[in-house]
Amino acid sequence: MNALPLFLTVFVACLVEAVEALTIVLAAGLTREWRSTFQGMAAALIVLAGVTAGLGPALALIPLSALRLVVGALLAAFGLQWLRKAILRFSGYKDRHDEASAYAREVAAARAAEGGGRGGVNDWYAFTLSFKGVLLEGLEVVFIAITFGDSQGDLGAAALAAAAAVVVVTVVGVAVRAPLARVPENTMKFAVGIMLTAFGTFWGAEGAGVRWPGGDAALLVLVPAIGLVSLGYGLALRQSRAAAAAASRAAPVSPALARTAAPPEDAVR
Amino acid sequence: MIARLRSFGAFWYDFVIGDDWRGGLAVAAALVLTAVLAHDLGVNAWWLMPACVLAALGWSLRKATKGKA
Repeated sequence: MNALPLFLTVFVACLVEAVEALTIVLAAGLTREWRSTFQGMAAALIVLAGVTAGLGPALALIPLSALRLVVGALLAAFGLQWLRKAILRFSGYKDRHDEASAYAREVAAARAAEGGGRGGVNDWYAFTLSFKGVLLEGLEVVFIAITFGDSQGDLGAAALAAAAAVVVVTVVGVAVRAPLARVPENTMKFAVGIMLTAFGTFWGAEGAGVRWPGGDAALLVLVPAIGLVSLGYGLALRQSRAAAAAASRAAPVSPALARTAAPPEDAVR
Repeated sequence: MIARLRSFGAFWYDFVIGDDWRGGLAVAAALVLTAVLAHDLGVNAWWLMPACVLAALGWSLRKATKGKA
């Protein structure tokens, strides 16, 4: 398979995660203390480097078919999660992810939290907030990059895509010094959910012993097929939600309710 | 110790499976069935996994939106 789809999928997925991590780091740094925030970020990056150093070579030892089975299962389950959330957001059943409001929530929590340090950390709250944010979002980046890279036998391209995404978000974040609310995160998550589900389905089935018609070219059918069905689900849910809302607006008020709601005749006179 | 192990397991469950277990269950069941068909019965069931994944997505969405507007 061409390295471009691999690079683009990992890049976009990592871009979304990096934007979310940036929001948390900014909230911790701007409202609490930058030194402790950077300490938390550095600690999380060290843990992530350890996970990558351990997991990458370990996965490379597994035979390719077994690796594709395991990675395919994980990616498909993971991709379905992304896709489900994206469709619920698209159809209005779940609030859209909004970095500006996520930032406001984190800032409010950071302002309300008590101060105090531990060890060499001046502000423990800023440290843990930054550590957790970078670690959790970073784990998703590591997971996607390693599984895609190992299954495709091109860990270098996957690592490059992940690093490029993190660098782009860091540079833009430093320049803007505000959460990147204009990034079309919901659309990107929809697209990444489709790609993760499609690749997971492809590799999982291959690992289970299937030969895809057309080999790798089957992905050119699988990706749009999963995309179209997902879009169909989203549109159908959006329509049913709008129809339910219109029906509840147009529903006649029951006579009993109308009597209690209407003012007494004396009052009208 | 047990509480730590439990929270470690809960973290990975939430990380991979998330809010709804139906997707994970469908993926696991589809892969087992595909492997049985391919290795034991000689059926190249490439269509099974995409069909199960898309059906599981629809099932999960239906569960998530039922009774809500």
